[in-house]
Amino acid sequence: MSAFSVLFRREMRLAMRQSADSFMVIGFFVIAVVLFPFGVGPEPNMLARIGPGVIWVAALLAAMLSMDRMFMGDYEDGSLELLVLSPVALELVVCVKVLTHWLTTGLPLILTAPLLFVMMNVPGEIWLVLLLTLVLGTPVLSLLGSVGAALTLGARRGGVLLSLLVLPLLIPVLIFAVGAGDAVLFGNGAKANLMLLGGMLLGALALTPWVTAHALREAVA
Amino acid sequence: MAVFSGRHIDCIRGERQVLSAAAFSLESGGALMLRGINGAGKSTMLRLMAGLMRPVSGVITWDGVDISDDPQEHNARLAYVGHADAVKPALSVLENVTFWSKLAGAGGMDASDALAALGIGHLTDLPARYLSAGQRRRVNLTRALTSGAELWLLDEPTTALDAATAEALTSLIERHLKSGGMAVVSTHAELGLAETGTLTLGGTA
Repeated sequence: MSAFSVLFRREMRLAMRQSADSFMVIGFFVIAVVLFPFGVGPEPNMLARIGPGVIWVAALLAAMLSMDRMFMGDYEDGSLELLVLSPVALELVVCVKVLTHWLTTGLPLILTAPLLFVMMNVPGEIWLVLLLTLVLGTPVLSLLGSVGAALTLGARRGGVLLSLLVLPLLIPVLIFAVGAGDAVLFGNGAKANLMLLGGMLLGALALTPWVTAHALREAVA
Repeated sequence: MAVFSGRHIDCIRGERQVLSAAAFSLESGGALMLRGINGAGKSTMLRLMAGLMRPVSGVITWDGVDISDDPQEHNARLAYVGHADAVKPALSVLENVTFWSKLAGAGGMDASDALAALGIGHLTDLPARYLSAGQRRRVNLTRALTSGAELWLLDEPTTALDAATAEALTSLIERHLKSGGMAVVSTHAELGLAETGTLTLGGTA
């Protein structure tokens, strides 16, 4: 059995047995979005205008919630040292961790999003584009988040520090994701925005596993 | 015949010199006991040997090649048993052990055999959250048995173990040495291994 599938099965098994974490992320996502109609008033056009942005920001914050857990458990119980010392490339371990983080956080966020589109009165013609931006954007959150999670290992209040480090880096993702919806409404088509998001995803995929692996080696030294 | 050795190893932790000019040499079939008072640098020495940390100066070599030249190759031949037991409470005992043995690749003892050898063969399906400290320690030690690694680095392996299990561990280490393996063990207890070298670390605790 390949190292990838051995690692993947273990991560998924652990995630499944602690599935409450996933539900909390989803709960936070839904509640954060639902608060907005109470805060700004339930006027349908207003909600439709701010809907995509609110949903994306809530998704960013929800993803941050679970980010610091990515390596924390393994760091605290000593598994991380052993993963660093295993004959398997640490970059592969990082990729598996990121993949499971996305499957347990990003994917549920995408699946919940249509419900929130309805609540925020998001126009039907941009639903598909917004879902596509989430499909391309949420893996970037997990990838960049892994760098922050590795760098803040061992720090007190690591979760807060992690958000301060990573959220500013995610601003471009937010801009082009929300811009994609506007582009469709203005009749320009969202192709450019989606391609830029795709580019960010590929860039993050190519670079972050190495950075994260290096940070993990430093964390256990 | 492989040779694992280190020369002039200096290591500084938190602005304190933990090791200065430490040296060791170990051949296939040999064991090395690390001794010294608390804070003398035994764990640090093992972490250096594992490649988790780099010495400030000095080299650690395997057959004359610096271990930091190819860390992955070094990882493939070592099994490190540290202070932290790295046992996942959410997984069963057997799931814990098989994950690491599969990750290390084939070559070592079968997972259930290893658990039986350390006297916890009856606990395989129990969720690891119900284990006692000594039982978690044994699960940690099975990793060395199942890894098939040539070099065992054991940091205070007898902590929390009862006398009978400590004896079983000694005979398992002896068997590992007879089959051409090496072991570096930091310990305060007398393990009763025949023909071992000792490295006493000074330290100004």
